[in-house]
Amino acid sequence: MSAVDDARGVLERVFAPDAVKVFAMFAGIWLLFYWFGDQLGYTNPFILSLVRRVTFLSAVYALAVLALNIQWGYAGLFNIGVAGFMAVGAYSVAMLSGSPSGTPPGLGLPLPLGILGGVLAATAIGLVAALPALRLKADYLAIVTVAISEIIRITFNSPAFADVTGGASGFDNLPVDPVRTLLLTEPGSIISEPTALGQPIFAFAAEHGIQRLTVVNTIYTLGTLVVLLGVYLLLERTGKSPFGRVLKAIREDETAARSLGKDTQNFKVRAFALGCGLMGLAGIIWYAMGPRASVVPVNFRPELTFYIFIALIIGGSGSNTGSILGGALFASLLFEAPPRVATIIGNRYEIAADPANLVQALAPIVDGELMPLAGFLLNNIDTLRFIGMGVLLILLVQRRPEGLLGARKETAAAVSLAEDTRTGTAPERTTAAADGGETDE
Amino acid sequence: MSDRSDGPADADLPDDVDAPDPETLEPGADDSAVEEAAKRVPRGVPLRVEGLRKEFGGITAVDGATFSVEQGSLTGLIGPNGAGKSTTFNCITGVHEPTDGTVHFRGEDITGDRPHAIANRGLVRTFQIARELDEMTVLENMMLAPGGQRGESITRSVLPGLRSDVVGQETELREDAWETLEFFEIDHLAEEYAGNLSGGQRKLLELARALMTEPDMMLLDEPFAGVNPTLEEKLLDRIHALREQEDLTFLLVEHDMDLIMENCEHVIVMHQGRVLDEGTPEKIKANEEVIEAYLGGEV
Amino acid sequence: MERTNLPEDGVRYARANPGAAVVAAFAALLLLDLLAKLVGVSLGPLTVAGIDFGPFGGEMALTRVAGYIWDGVVIGLVIGLASIGLSLTYSILNFANFAHGDYITAGAFSGWAATYVVAGLGGLLPILETAVNSLTGIGQRSITDTDLVSLVLLQTPPATAGANVWLSPVAVVLGLVVAVGLTIAMALALDRVVYKPMRGADGISLLIASIGVAFGVRYLVALVFGNSRRIVTSTEKLPEFTLLGTRINAHEVTLVVVAVALMVGMHVLLQRTKLGKAMRAMADNRDLARVTGIPTERVIRTTWILGAGLTGAAGFLLVLSQSGLGFTTGWRLLLLIFAAVIMGGIGSIYGAIAGGLVIGLASRVSLVWLQGDFSSFTDPAAFALMILILLFRPSGIFGGVKTA
Repeated sequence: MSAVDDARGVLERVFAPDAVKVFAMFAGIWLLFYWFGDQLGYTNPFILSLVRRVTFLSAVYALAVLALNIQWGYAGLFNIGVAGFMAVGAYSVAMLSGSPSGTPPGLGLPLPLGILGGVLAATAIGLVAALPALRLKADYLAIVTVAISEIIRITFNSPAFADVTGGASGFDNLPVDPVRTLLLTEPGSIISEPTALGQPIFAFAAEHGIQRLTVVNTIYTLGTLVVLLGVYLLLERTGKSPFGRVLKAIREDETAARSLGKDTQNFKVRAFALGCGLMGLAGIIWYAMGPRASVVPVNFRPELTFYIFIALIIGGSGSNTGSILGGALFASLLFEAPPRVATIIGNRYEIAADPANLVQALAPIVDGELMPLAGFLLNNIDTLRFIGMGVLLILLVQRRPEGLLGARKETAAAVSLAEDTRTGTAPERTTAAADGGETDE
Repeated sequence: MSDRSDGPADADLPDDVDAPDPETLEPGADDSAVEEAAKRVPRGVPLRVEGLRKEFGGITAVDGATFSVEQGSLTGLIGPNGAGKSTTFNCITGVHEPTDGTVHFRGEDITGDRPHAIANRGLVRTFQIARELDEMTVLENMMLAPGGQRGESITRSVLPGLRSDVVGQETELREDAWETLEFFEIDHLAEEYAGNLSGGQRKLLELARALMTEPDMMLLDEPFAGVNPTLEEKLLDRIHALREQEDLTFLLVEHDMDLIMENCEHVIVMHQGRVLDEGTPEKIKANEEVIEAYLGGEV
Repeated sequence: MERTNLPEDGVRYARANPGAAVVAAFAALLLLDLLAKLVGVSLGPLTVAGIDFGPFGGEMALTRVAGYIWDGVVIGLVIGLASIGLSLTYSILNFANFAHGDYITAGAFSGWAATYVVAGLGGLLPILETAVNSLTGIGQRSITDTDLVSLVLLQTPPATAGANVWLSPVAVVLGLVVAVGLTIAMALALDRVVYKPMRGADGISLLIASIGVAFGVRYLVALVFGNSRRIVTSTEKLPEFTLLGTRINAHEVTLVVVAVALMVGMHVLLQRTKLGKAMRAMADNRDLARVTGIPTERVIRTTWILGAGLTGAAGFLLVLSQSGLGFTTGWRLLLLIFAAVIMGGIGSIYGAIAGGLVIGLASRVSLVWLQGDFSSFTDPAAFALMILILLFRPSGIFGGVKTA
């Protein structure tokens, strides 16, 4: 065995535990974006801001992907209405906890109640809307769920209910960011006196040139990571249990599961409800509060669902760890990185060309001029990145449908099924089926 | 008093029951006598099918089938192609809802019940093409099967105190699974994906998994289709062992007449949707109508 | 002779088919409301939870209703054409093509770019003359001095480009041909690259791949033609007439004529050719389609050619009716097209046409009842209709009707 093999073996063992994989990935993302910030000439506070931004996006994508995974990855329920359920969560929190004096008026309930209400609302809508549809086969369920998602969005968007929902311009009157409540005496104003907790934190930040808003957002992002961890642990327990086992069976062959006495419809309903509730939670944390707070119908178009699907397929459906990896990698590498890379390349090679359209970018090639094309591509990196997502999705489905982590033997059981755990003696069974070799005590 | 060994299935029978032996009643004779006798039988007779009819659009696949299966027996259901065996099978197991007639399991009416409800009562079926869950390991497949798993509730799997109870139950189930795998001599495949198993191994797993549900009666759908002689022997050996040790009742649907005649003590012949004859293999072999039916004649 | 007791029979029917009874009752209610509106009767406003649902009945001129019906027919024909393509791919290739809407967009852009070029350069004659001139030196260069790039990218103002069926009919016809041709070429190319390596894969994997294709096509169009929505056709000197108080212009007439012609063409294909018979047999009996296994490459090619061709035409014609065009135009129609296909029964071409008309009419005529602020609910009404059909009659309203 050569030294290389040894090193490979060591690396494989070190990276085997999922926690290491996830941590390594986040570390990698942080390093990459630190480097981006550095290349873009940012000072440290701004680099912190950049890294925080990408971490937040990674975390909320991971949350949404985890929720979808319990429905699609475990139970095989093809739900393309994710955006709609996230909208229900976000809007519900806004409507429940928004101040009664704002426009549109909220109910002014305490935030924890509002969040609970939002999750319950998303669960309820998921149940009501999808209950009859869960009997349909996968592609029909897909069409129904995207139709439901659009009905939800159009309802929120409609001028008919604008007094309650804010209509097309969205629900402006959002509840106060909980971190602000913790750190500031007047949560509405960022320059107000800090609370006892806020005082040392802001002081420390000021020393390093970090703005207050960045501090608030960073702490919110850390909170999001904690929620992510909690949801992950919840779903690991849910998946690695008899419940998760039946879901996997339903995904592959519902008839077989039924023939073994499992009431598959009941399981599907529960899995769907759990997923929708978590989607509501993801919508709440992402859009109802915090750095990206914006409860506007245009945020909840079906495109959002497709991004989450792409992330799930990248990570590998069926695996909770894969969901986190997929969500984070999608958000960081496919979403946030391209614009940064484009700016860096543009600066490095001093590409100033800005052709108005593709034809004007391509035409000069005849004369050997590549700059206009380069400029065009860099300036339109936002559009290019979506084309890239489409191509990536096709490649993944064709060549690596199991996702990044590959096919993992993740058995769904509360105990390990990986080793021979037989004991020498037969347990107490009046009708022991074993014969030959077992001693009867 | 019929001579039967005690087993879990008989546990709730009252002691003084005088169950008539179906073999003393002439099948094909006046149906009402059989019906009367059946009504007097409490939970003893595992399966009783009466006047079963199933129509699909304009086609009558099963046209008044009546038979019963005796406790602890190995009964065969045979008949030429199109006789209605599969449809009868599916009506019993809840896949189809019968147009008419009844199905009683252990004295309870299960006509038209859904498949999972029927399986939960203790009447479990296997499939002709084994429906193994390829993406789960053999052990996972086995642990899927048993009923009453407390961990099938989300809260019980997640909440700290309750989860340790689930872990305990899972540990027990795992032991049971290993034992059953050993009984079928496929324990060395426990950690393999079921999708990697050979055809014969899948058949064994199908049977083993169904057994994990602790059934009272098993309905086997062409278990020997496409099976080599060694495996056939092994399967039969295990089935006989299960009858002895667990007092399980078996109803087999099969095409292979010889196999049924050699192994089953009771044979039911179906033809054109009806029960043509039932009885011991000798009696069936001697029945000219049966021979004609198989040779394609009209009866 | 049996005397039929209508009320009794009615009640018995209602008890046996509660779903149908509810639908019939609802339809009757809507019809009564419409009649009330036409006559001008109105019964006090209905207010629930502070939301004003308006009065029962009200006032509506017949001309408005006629207008809605005409709009519904026009959009219904477009949806019908596009639905044929989706229905074909769904039944023969066995997956729900989520990129179908973007095929419409691609057809629309490519076709109208061609129309713009021809119309903007002054017509076909000047182009031919100039071509002859540059090749042989005979004649004259008669192309007017215009910005060719701006034309191709549909950025020339509509009035300047003059893309109008009256002023430059040749350009419009040419555009239609280009739309059909390019969409077919694109579909075949995509099939070769994306779907052919996946022949035999399950429907869900293909569906997911088609989502990737949708992203790719949609944003490629955005890259080439830009993000903004633009008005394409010009209405300068466009002839129009009034029927039952509804204004009908030449563009809409062109749309109807072309669409109906294409549908008649499909009808002839289905009834008179061997290929048509095979397609009808497969549509009537999906089990047959499944039993015959994976279709041959030739069948697949034909499916794409027919389907994509009609879809490209639908995209081109769509602009005749709505004038505006953006890179999400087709995508936004996708759900309605799915609704039409499902309603008509997957695989049934006649069903797709009928389904398209029903959905088109539903999306416009529902404005009779969904007035004012509620007008944004026309699409959800169509979606709700589709969901109900999927739940209670998944083979579609016309599915199961034999046409072979």
